[in-house]
Amino acid sequence: MSDLDRLDRFLRTDPRDVGCGEAMAVLHIYADLAAGGHDPAARYPGVGAHLAACGPCSENFAGLLAAVTSG
Amino acid sequence: MEHAGLPDGELDAESAEWLRRLSASDGAPRVEAERELYARLVRIALAEVNRRSGSTPVTGQELTDVAHQAAGDAMLAILAKLADFRGESRFITWAYRFVILEVSSKLGRHYWRNPPVALDTGQWERLPDRLGVDPQRHAEAAGILAEVRRVVDDELTPHQRRVFVAIVVDGIPLDALAARLDLRRNAIYKVIFDARLKIRSSLVAKGYLDKPGMEQR
Repeated sequence: MSDLDRLDRFLRTDPRDVGCGEAMAVLHIYADLAAGGHDPAARYPGVGAHLAACGPCSENFAGLLAAVTSG
Repeated sequence: MEHAGLPDGELDAESAEWLRRLSASDGAPRVEAERELYARLVRIALAEVNRRSGSTPVTGQELTDVAHQAAGDAMLAILAKLADFRGESRFITWAYRFVILEVSSKLGRHYWRNPPVALDTGQWERLPDRLGVDPQRHAEAAGILAEVRRVVDDELTPHQRRVFVAIVVDGIPLDALAARLDLRRNAIYKVIFDARLKIRSSLVAKGYLDKPGMEQR
């Protein structure tokens, strides 16, 4: 990835992005879908768009997914 | 089953069992279920603070304390909101969500006990690294960085500028800034979202970035 590709990705916004509040409200459903081998972004594209852009929310998703798959 | 608002048949067996035990009228089984759930929350919280230990200035015993506080607060929230569980996920996933979000929030608040960078520092010299635009490697970097700063200075409100500088320029974690400014995380995200939109639009207009047709919203 070139320098400008990284910048371009950082600046790119997705109109489907639902924001932190809505994404965190369904995080448990999203995580269960992911843990079950489904594609949660297909059911919740706005949440997928948000998690792709928001590092802190993505961290929360990673943490919850790790928790539910740890047994 | 009063708490989930759903008949048992719509829940997986494990979730239904959690709800049955946690809402039991008999004290001893309920206390045992609460003890078991709390132990799980503590385990998850400790694992989570450990997972995040590389990205927070919180360390040592304070990190362990954060985990226990998060588990305790999550437990209280779960019991208070048991009736809100709708069975859209497994119960335990719903419960773990509380503790993960508590860990995130508490690490944000604890950030300010020993912050690596103070609010409003404005480390603009680090912007090339933050944005991945290296002046040594890219001929247009100086112009791009100057344009980013111009947009921040000229087109953002003082509040938007403060948030952008804290998050993007100084690298303060979003949860930490939310705690410091007493704002919801989403309010900060929206500021950054709008700033990204403005900056990208300006860089496209100046010819630094192309694909204007892919500009969204």
